[in-house]
Amino acid sequence: MSQASATDRALPNTYAAGLLGKRVPLYVLGAAFLISAVSFFLIGLAEGGSFNIVGVVLVTALLYMAGIYVTSLLIEGRRKATDRLVTALVGTAFVVALLPLISLVYTVIINGTARFDLEFFTYSMRNIVGEGGGIVHAIVGTLLMTLTAALISVPIGLLAAIYLVEYGRGTLARAITFFVDVMTGIPSIVAGLFAYSVFAIFFGPGIKLGIAGAIALSVLMIPIVVRSCEDMLKLVPNELREAAYALGVPKWLTVMKVVLPTSIAGIMTGVTLAIARVIGETAPLLVAAGFTNNLNYNLTEGRMQSLPVLVYNQYVSQGSVPQAYLDRAWAGALTLILIVMVLNLAARLIAKYFAPKTGR
Amino acid sequence: MTTPATASRIKAKQRLGDRIFSSTALTAGSLILAILAAVAAFLMVESVPALTEDPEDVAILSGQPFWSYVAPLVFGTIWSAALALLMAVPVSIGIALFISHYAPRKLAAGLGYIIDLLAAVPSVVFGLWGANVLAPAVLPLYTWLTENLGWIPFFAPPASGTGRTILTAAIVLAVMILPIITALTREVFLQTPVLHEEAALALGATRWEMIRTAVLPFGKPGIISASMLGLGRALGETMAVAMVLSASGGVTFALLTSTNPGTIAANIALRFPEAFGTNINLLIATGLILFAITLVVNMIARWIIGRRKEFSGAN
Repeated sequence: MSQASATDRALPNTYAAGLLGKRVPLYVLGAAFLISAVSFFLIGLAEGGSFNIVGVVLVTALLYMAGIYVTSLLIEGRRKATDRLVTALVGTAFVVALLPLISLVYTVIINGTARFDLEFFTYSMRNIVGEGGGIVHAIVGTLLMTLTAALISVPIGLLAAIYLVEYGRGTLARAITFFVDVMTGIPSIVAGLFAYSVFAIFFGPGIKLGIAGAIALSVLMIPIVVRSCEDMLKLVPNELREAAYALGVPKWLTVMKVVLPTSIAGIMTGVTLAIARVIGETAPLLVAAGFTNNLNYNLTEGRMQSLPVLVYNQYVSQGSVPQAYLDRAWAGALTLILIVMVLNLAARLIAKYFAPKTGR
Repeated sequence: MTTPATASRIKAKQRLGDRIFSSTALTAGSLILAILAAVAAFLMVESVPALTEDPEDVAILSGQPFWSYVAPLVFGTIWSAALALLMAVPVSIGIALFISHYAPRKLAAGLGYIIDLLAAVPSVVFGLWGANVLAPAVLPLYTWLTENLGWIPFFAPPASGTGRTILTAAIVLAVMILPIITALTREVFLQTPVLHEEAALALGATRWEMIRTAVLPFGKPGIISASMLGLGRALGETMAVAMVLSASGGVTFALLTSTNPGTIAANIALRFPEAFGTNINLLIATGLILFAITLVVNMIARWIIGRRKEFSGAN
């Protein structure tokens, strides 16, 4: 490190005097990584444990901060040193956030592939104790309940967004905007309790139905749909509306034939993302739809299993062969993550390929 | 021709389609308010029996009054959420600054997407990961902390044998609320008037001094409201806490022991499947309290954001 800065200083460049060379931070980072990796390797050897990657990354970051601060303090002065320290801190924050993501994806893939086989996707859990079994019943339940939730919340959410953008003025519109935002923060379990309460009051206590789960999900989904549709409708240029009005088109036809077709790509993206958001919800379904080991196609009768609840169930009530239950939980988690990722990807593709051609 | 058309404004023709369409849209909008009111109303109706019933008859209460059952849960909920917020906010501000002001322009969008991926992971997967991966991983650290820093009340010994303490739950919560806080603060940082930033740089400020004098003061309300939204999410998070935390009840500030306060949401998720009779009403009553807490937190957050919107057109 000091060598590099010494050669920099030896040059007769007055502008570079008192500044660190461009590569100095890289050298410091390399040295920090080397020290921390070697020391963790030695500790790992001594204690017989495995190589602690997280520890290496964190210690590297700490050493780098100390190193760059001292180096910069000696050559550039206090203000530049603080600047470099903050740069290091900000970069570290990003790396720290990446660690759990990488660790999570890694463990889910490693543990999930153990049971990621044909039987897993073709069997239900009926009469299964111990090994084997699958998640067909959970996938069916998740699809049915999520689609029903989407059928309920997309019309309501889209129409509410149209009201807010095209018609809404004054107190009511402001109240709706405010409470839609507040509604996005409702804890998911409260939505589940609400759906349960509605059905418990009308059909007696202790009732658990697929449709109740769908209603719980739609309570969570409606505000998301409203927010994204509202943003998309606002993007439609006013000139298009005015052009339609000038041709004598009634307002409702303007909305139906001009505004909606222009923003349909964004709306579809928003709906897909909303589905991706609620498809992983566990708590409301646990409360409102319960859990079962059987295949159930009927939303209005009997309990209905869903994928997230299955993962939770397999983890919480591990039976006689705990490893089999854990494997199923991980494989279920992998399936869930894959579904969410596919939905997210689909949303991006829709946004890309169905976007209106602007032409300019 | 004779008089300018001042009084005779031509009225737009009222069409049936227009009327039907606008009233449908109005109904849908009002329905949202109705749903929110219905959530509150149904929860209240269902929680009345829990408050009127004799505590002796409710199995979960086992004789103690309602409020002394709820108080530790409320404490656990707020305590875990506060810990999560304490960890998540500085990191989120760091990430937001990194994406908005430090990372190369071309990379910034991609990096933001990576952080958003964290938000896409279902909470039950976070729970699975926290209980099976994170808890064993932090266990040595906990043991070390209790042995060497045990005199600090937070790190009071003995360390939990499983690592599934309230601190672990708070770490998982922090990871889960990170993307929300980051996304919002990033938006606010990007809105900083460029002239302010350039003025600071032109006066010879380093990048950090520019951020301290121009970006952070501008983004302060945004940071506060983003933190409040993150707090709301952490308060209501259910599955991750239910799966990670091994709660034993009670009120304690010790972070690393095996006696941990439970949270309202996790308690409901753990008890509800086996609950019967008035126990269900009791759990719904605790859910109503959770609903009230998060509603207040969210309303304050949205109010701060809304107030800021009116002033942000200054540049």
